[in-house]
Amino acid sequence: MHKKELGLFILILVVGAVVTVINPLFLSGVNLGNTANLIGLFGLFAIAQAFVIITAGIDLSVGSVIALLGVLFVDLVGVQGVAWPLAILLMIAVGLVMGAVHGLLIVRMGLQPFVVTLCGLLVYRGIARFYTADATAGFVYGQSFPDLEWLTVGRTYGVPHSVIVFLVVAVIAWVVLHRSVFGRHLFAVGKNEEAARYSGVRSGRVIIGAYVICSGLTALSAIFFAMYTRSISPSSHGNFYELYAIAAAVLGGCSLRGGEGSIVGVVLGVILLQVLQNLVNLLGIPSSLNFAVMGTVILIGVIADQQFARFRDRRRAARSVEARLGEPVQQHAE
Amino acid sequence: MTAMDTAAPLLELSGITKVYPGVVALDDVSFSLAPGEVVGLIGENGAGKSTLMKVLGGVVAPTAGRIRIAGVEYPALTVQQSMAAGIAFVHQELNLFDNLDVAANVFLGREMRKGPLRLLDNAAMARAVQPILDRLGATFRPDTPVLRLSLAERQLLEIAKALSLDARVVIMDEPTSSLTLSETARLLSVIEALKRDGIAVIFISHRLNEVEQCADRVVVLRDGRVAGRLAKGEITHDAMIRLMIGRDLKTLYQPPARPRGEPVLRFERLRTTAHPDVEVTLDVCAGEILGLAGLVGAGRTELARAAFGIDPAAGGAITLAGRRLVRHGPEDAIAAGLFLVPEDRKQSGLILEFSIAANIALPSLGSLARFGLVGAERERALAEDQRRRLAIKTPDVGRLATELSGGNQQKIVLAKWLAMEPKAVIFDEPTRGIDVGAKTEIYRLMRGLADHGVAILMISSDMEEVIGVSDRIAVMHRGRIAGELVREAFSEHNVLTLAVGRELEPA
Repeated sequence: MHKKELGLFILILVVGAVVTVINPLFLSGVNLGNTANLIGLFGLFAIAQAFVIITAGIDLSVGSVIALLGVLFVDLVGVQGVAWPLAILLMIAVGLVMGAVHGLLIVRMGLQPFVVTLCGLLVYRGIARFYTADATAGFVYGQSFPDLEWLTVGRTYGVPHSVIVFLVVAVIAWVVLHRSVFGRHLFAVGKNEEAARYSGVRSGRVIIGAYVICSGLTALSAIFFAMYTRSISPSSHGNFYELYAIAAAVLGGCSLRGGEGSIVGVVLGVILLQVLQNLVNLLGIPSSLNFAVMGTVILIGVIADQQFARFRDRRRAARSVEARLGEPVQQHAE
Repeated sequence: MTAMDTAAPLLELSGITKVYPGVVALDDVSFSLAPGEVVGLIGENGAGKSTLMKVLGGVVAPTAGRIRIAGVEYPALTVQQSMAAGIAFVHQELNLFDNLDVAANVFLGREMRKGPLRLLDNAAMARAVQPILDRLGATFRPDTPVLRLSLAERQLLEIAKALSLDARVVIMDEPTSSLTLSETARLLSVIEALKRDGIAVIFISHRLNEVEQCADRVVVLRDGRVAGRLAKGEITHDAMIRLMIGRDLKTLYQPPARPRGEPVLRFERLRTTAHPDVEVTLDVCAGEILGLAGLVGAGRTELARAAFGIDPAAGGAITLAGRRLVRHGPEDAIAAGLFLVPEDRKQSGLILEFSIAANIALPSLGSLARFGLVGAERERALAEDQRRRLAIKTPDVGRLATELSGGNQQKIVLAKWLAMEPKAVIFDEPTRGIDVGAKTEIYRLMRGLADHGVAILMISSDMEEVIGVSDRIAVMHRGRIAGELVREAFSEHNVLTLAVGRELEPA
C-alpha cells in the first residue's frame, strides 16, 4: 500500500472512530451491513470510472446508464417475462456496446470525452423517461424472483452479496490494472500518449477498451441498483452518480490529467465517501448538508495530497541532482 | 537627413559571452546595427544565432559583455527594456492568435478602450492599424480573422505589429522558410521599405540567395564566435559558406567491421504530407550508418515519422527487408523490426513519470508477458540486462526516468529497442543536449548495431556528428534528397552546399 492510500485508510479509521464515539450505533451490525451494501453498489461503478480517468478521460453518462439499464432490466424481467440470467447478460451486452460507442466516438472521431459522455448522459436519461412514459418502473406487487434476489440483495453470514461482487470485481480490476499488459498500456497512454504510440502501444484500442470496461461494469451495477431499489423513477434514479464516482476516484488518487490512480485507492475512496454519508445520518446533521460535507472533505483531501506531492517532487529533484553528479550532493562541502 | 553616415549605431553589442553549464553558447561576440541597415546573420544550426537574438530580446542574460542602445548601456536587457528600445521579433513560429482578428492581434495587451465601461474600441484600433497595413502593401483588412490569413500574410501582420510598437530594429528569424518564391520577393520588398524608413533589420536565414539579395552586411557565427564579417561587395555564396565552416572536426569515425550489405530500409518515391509534391528515394543498407543531413525544416523528421508510421505517407512505398509497409502504425513498424529513437526524447521517447524498467519494457511487454500479465521479475531482469549493457548510470531501475540525466535518458530510449531484434533503426538527433561522454557511448552503440547487420539512419543537424559518424551521407533540401556523399567526398563544405540547395561543383 502506498503512503497516499495509507493516509486514506487512516482517515477512514479516524472518521469511523469519531462517529462511533458520538454514536455507537455506527458499529451495529445493521448499520455496518447497510453501509457495506452501499459501498458495494457505489464501488462497482467507481472502479469503472477509474479505468476511464486513468486514460485522462471521463465518463459522465454513468448515472443515466444506471437509470436506463435499470428501467430496461425491471421491464424485461418483471413485465416481458424474460428469464433473469438472460436479462443480466443482455444488460451487460448493452453496456459494453454503449462503452464501445463512446470509445469509438472519442478515438475515431476525435471528440472530447467530456462532450461524448455528456451527450450520453442526456440521451440515456431521455430514453429511460420516454420508455416508461416518465412513470416509475417497478416489479408488480408480490412479484418475486428468489434466485435473482438472493444473488443481488441477499447476504451470506451477514455480508451483502453486493459487497462480495464488488470485492471480486476489485481484485480482478487490480490484476488488470496493476499486473496486466493492458493495464500498463492504460497508464502509459494516460500519462503520455505520444510516447506510448512511439513505443508501439495501440493507444486507440486501449482507450476504447477503457470505455468498454467502464460501461460494462456500470451495467452490472445498474442491475444491483435496480434490485436494491426495486422501483425506479426514471428522472431521478442514478442522478449525480457519475460525479460520485469521479469524487471517489479522485479521493483515491486518480488524476484527471490521466496516468495516475490505483484500485486500492478507489476502493478506499468509495469507503470514505460512504462512511461520510453515514456520519451525516448518524450525527443528526441535516441530510440537506450531505453534499456540502462530501465536497469539503474531498477538497481538503485533494489539497493535502497536492502539498504532499510538492514535497515529494522537491525531494525527487534533489535526488536527481545527486544521480546526475553520480554522487551525493554533500560531496561539495569538503 | 540621411541615416547612413551621420547616425550613431542604433544598437551595439560588445564582448557578449554566454556560458551554459558545459557549453559556451556565445564567445565574445560584438555586433552593431545602424538605422536603415539590413544585416544578414548566418551560421550553421547551433552556431549561436538564436542565443544572440535571445540576448537582444531580453530573454537570456549574457554572462559577460555590454549592450548599448541609443547611448544607454546595459549589462543585460529585460524583455520590457528590449521592447521599449524598439526591438521587435518576427518569429519563426508565429506568435499570433488565430482566434482573433488582425487589429486585435496588433493591440493585444494594450487594447484601446472607450466609454464609461472601458469597453474595447474596435473602430479606433482598426483605424490605427489600417495605415500600417497600407504601408506594408497588405491586402487584408484590420477586421480579417487571422485564421484566414496565409502564412506570408501572417508574417506581414507580425511586421505590422512591430511597426505599431514603433520598432526601430526588426529581427526576422528564418522569415522565408515557408514562403513561396513570389511571397519571398514581396517580403524582400517590404524589407526595402522598412530600410527607407530608417528601420534596421536583422535577417537570419539559411537561404543564402536571399541574404545575398537583401543584406548590406553579413555577420557569420560559428561555434558561438564571429567567424567573419562581409561588406556589401563581398557577399557571395562561397564566401558565406567558407566562413560558416572551417573548424577542425575531431575524428569520431569508427570504421564498420563488415562490408555494407543489402538494402534493408528503402524509401521508393516516398512523398510525405509535409512535402507532398516531392519524391524521396533512398536506401539504407545492412551494416551501414547513413547520415541524413539538412537544415532544420528540410523534411528529415517527416521522413522518419512516415517510415515509423506516425504520419501516413502521401504516396510512394516504404519497404523493410523486402516487406512493404502499407498504411502501418508504429506497432506494425516495430513488429517488422523498424525502430525509431525520436527527436524529442522527453515528449515522444520516454514516459518520464514511469520507472526506468517500465520504460525499457514498454515495447516488449507483449512478448514478456504470460497470459497477458506483466511479470515484474522478468521486467526487472530485462531492464537490468540493458542497464549493464548500456552502462545506464542509476542505482536502481525502479527509479523514475525523469531523475536521470539527458544522456542516460537517451540510453533508456535505446534500451527499449535493443531489448528487441531490430532490422533497422532510425535515430533522430540522437545526441541533442547530451554531454560529450554519453555522445561517444551512443556512437559506439550505433556502430555496434550496424556491425550486427542493422541498417542505421541517423538524422542529425550536428555537422561534426554527421561527418564523424556516418558511412554515407544523404543531404535533404526542401523535402528532396539534394545529394548523397560517399566517405571520400565528406566535407562540411559539400554537406552545406547541398543543404542550401546548391549543386556540388564537379571535383
